Amino acid sequence: MQKTVLNEEHRRRGARMVDFGGWEMPLHYGSQIEEHHAVRRDAGMFDVSHMCAVDVRGSDARAFLRRLLANNVDRLQLPGKALYSTMLNEAGGVIDDLIVYHLAENDFRVVINAATAANDLRWMTARRDEWGLAVTIGARREGADALAMIAVQGPQARQKVWQALPECQSASAALKPFFAASVGDHLIASTGYTGEDGYEITLPAAQAVMLWNRLADAGARPCGLGARDTLRLEAGMNLYGQDMDESVSPLDAGLAWTVDLASPRDFVGKAALLARPQQHRFLGLLLLDRGVLRAHQQVESAHGRGEITSGSFSPTLQQSIALARLPLAAAVGDTVQVGVRERLLAARVVKPCFVRNGSILV
Amino acid sequence: MNIPTDLKYTRSHEWVRLEADGTIRIGITDHAQELLGDLVFIELPEPGRELAAEQEAAVVESVKAAADVYAPLAGSVIENNQALADAPELVNQDAYAAWLFRMRPAAVNDLDSLLDAAAYQEIVAAA
Repeated sequence: MQKTVLNEEHRRRGARMVDFGGWEMPLHYGSQIEEHHAVRRDAGMFDVSHMCAVDVRGSDARAFLRRLLANNVDRLQLPGKALYSTMLNEAGGVIDDLIVYHLAENDFRVVINAATAANDLRWMTARRDEWGLAVTIGARREGADALAMIAVQGPQARQKVWQALPECQSASAALKPFFAASVGDHLIASTGYTGEDGYEITLPAAQAVMLWNRLADAGARPCGLGARDTLRLEAGMNLYGQDMDESVSPLDAGLAWTVDLASPRDFVGKAALLARPQQHRFLGLLLLDRGVLRAHQQVESAHGRGEITSGSFSPTLQQSIALARLPLAAAVGDTVQVGVRERLLAARVVKPCFVRNGSILV
Repeated sequence: MNIPTDLKYTRSHEWVRLEADGTIRIGITDHAQELLGDLVFIELPEPGRELAAEQEAAVVESVKAAADVYAPLAGSVIENNQALADAPELVNQDAYAAWLFRMRPAAVNDLDSLLDAAAYQEIVAAA
């Protein structure tokens, strides 16, 4: 199993370690629910170094990404701007979801998921070769080039980061959402996966242990993948491999807002998406009965069947919530039935964003 | 690992306490609650329900997963722990105090078929 540079720190702090996409990662450090609340109320930090940072550089870098990604990389004009996108196969299925940072002209940083990284890199390299473009694709995993990533999230996240990295305060304080600033060999981004304010910090792997401990001293609570999952679920954010994969169109996974079908630009998967429009609505469910919604449970609605793609207990709402692929006619406010073991439980259809900046939205 | 010696155990991580009146209280072990993590929902069997040994009796759900709890012996359910309906985290706080349900076993001698603390300890260590 692969380990991040912070593996020993996690063990030292009592983490329960689990296999996540071939990486040994912390599930929690005692209580997943307390870690969840720390992010909503104060500040938590996550080791996300298992995700793979890839440098896409060269005179054709923009042309390459323009054709590779479903979102339009031409939305990245200002240095530091970030863009969420899917990368599709020819059939319009999602190979991965990712964030592209525009570092400088001809210089982009793409952050891809851990479990899909090897496949993504093969795909990207093969497309580059097929299209004959002048681009280098460099994963920042090994040796002196290796990077680590730490996400600090929560209403107090900025203060903790500035306490740990005072030299980054002026550049990061000015960041608008979904931007990044380079400070020395650190990249500070105002992105995240929790629905809270905060930063994602990319830095040389050799410096990660020192930053992790400084952040802990500043009061950022170490949080595991368990809390990361319930936080992103409450925020209505998709998880690759669960809410979408190579067999699912981004239009059926609530990601139409990330797919640019309007511009004349061609990209891999576009023809397939145009030929097969949206089949499902991707919405939230709020369980009205007692119990816990889970992935793959069947949903019965007045308009036909659907399926839960992610479900859990929401520590903020103190009830179970889910993301689900529902029939196109399903609408917010509908009451549906979910098959939980041998019973049918009632749930209300809601917009798939349950909590944002500490506030309940449903 | 917290495995009290005055209790009996099953391979499926239930603990069983024999009461003076011949009934048994059933819960899940400290090892089981630790594996599951924070519990958020518990479904308990209704009093009066007849259960076969190793039949599914209750469900404990953590943030991460759902797990079945089995009847350690054949018998009838006579009480369930309503305190857990609103506070499933009691099981995380003290797994041996937070009993799930009470049964009247069909035959008290059946208790001899359960594991003692040393035997359960071996199973946990081997897992």
